[in-house]
Amino acid sequence: MSRFAVGDRVRVHDLWPPTPPAHVRTPHYVRGHVGVVERICGTFGNPEELAFGRRGASYETLYRVRFRQADLWPGYDGPGTDHIEIEIYEFWLSPAGSEPESAG
Amino acid sequence: MSHTHDHEHAQPRPDLDDTMTYYRVMEEAVRSLLIEKGIVTADEVRREVENMDARTPANGAQVVARAWVDSDFRSRLVANPKQAIGEIGHDIGPMHLVVLENTPGVHNVVVCTLCSCYPRWLLGRPPDWYKSRAYRSRVVREPRAVLREFGTEIADDREVRVHDSTADMRYLVLPMRPDGTDGLSQAELAALVGRDSMIGVTEVVPPLRV
Amino acid sequence: MGGLEAGAIDQEAHDYALWERRVDALMMLLSGPRRIMTVDQLRKGIEALPPDAYDSMTYYERWIASLTNALLDAGVLTTEELGARMARVSARGPEAE
Repeated sequence: MSRFAVGDRVRVHDLWPPTPPAHVRTPHYVRGHVGVVERICGTFGNPEELAFGRRGASYETLYRVRFRQADLWPGYDGPGTDHIEIEIYEFWLSPAGSEPESAG
Repeated sequence: MSHTHDHEHAQPRPDLDDTMTYYRVMEEAVRSLLIEKGIVTADEVRREVENMDARTPANGAQVVARAWVDSDFRSRLVANPKQAIGEIGHDIGPMHLVVLENTPGVHNVVVCTLCSCYPRWLLGRPPDWYKSRAYRSRVVREPRAVLREFGTEIADDREVRVHDSTADMRYLVLPMRPDGTDGLSQAELAALVGRDSMIGVTEVVPPLRV
Repeated sequence: MGGLEAGAIDQEAHDYALWERRVDALMMLLSGPRRIMTVDQLRKGIEALPPDAYDSMTYYERWIASLTNALLDAGVLTTEELGARMARVSARGPEAE
């Protein structure tokens, strides 16, 4: 059961590391930013556990989240319609409600 | 097989084939120990190398050309890439593929900023530049400038959509069919589709009229 | 490294040497059917290389270094047997292909 639906506004956690020193798959450039769920990719083994060779330790819902480029990069050199889409695991996301998308 | 497009073969770097560097020694030592311990066989390693060698951008080009000439296939390709690609004889293995359709309104480009995730089950091993620090650092922040370096100019009224392949999904860009290709066969169309257009750093250009 | 400053993109290509393609094959076998290690372990090991590794080592050099570390971590290989085998391979030179 996934926590978020397509179209939901979500905020990426800004903590680093989220747990003790680890391998994470959430790039720095989206941390703390708000985006919109583009699709639900399915459920996959948690890479932060797999990085230690622990297969099947936990499974996590993976989303594709769409961000406005102009929100991520100050002085972005392109039209406001440009976007980036990126895969993020559920435990890295919290609901963003109706906050302005540029927050963060 | 036609290599008129961008998959041109360069020579292996001579130092890597002729001299035993430290890491080349490590590879051979690890491989021979794994074989002795019965974890892998020499035959499996050889077959794995051959299987990956056989995966080339020409496989992806066949998929793209079929999607251009067969709109039902195109719909199936977007809805269920593994099944549709299987129909034309390519097994994409465990890969979870997303097909990104370029349209007059959107140009897609793919990167993996964290490592080098790539649709290798379809296109083979990624090109060097895809794995480079420069590409991975820049294409998320200034995609239009990077595209320009590849000779690709995207109009301001067309969205550039970057896809960062950070986790379990892999991406294939379905480029737009160029104008002036109405009379071409599916095989002729496939010959126009280069690797870089399926990553999204280039668009497919029509053949030169002679 | 997404978003960091970087220079022009070198678009020159090279084909991989056989030993590099074998590193690739070993990784596919160990992470796939053998379930000896995971791709995420490979990535973690690459991230753990020294800061200059990205510039001083080639792509598959980073892979074999990380893959070997994971095998040592898992106890699939011991440092002693690896050291002895590397010394032997090094003394002998390139194998016949």
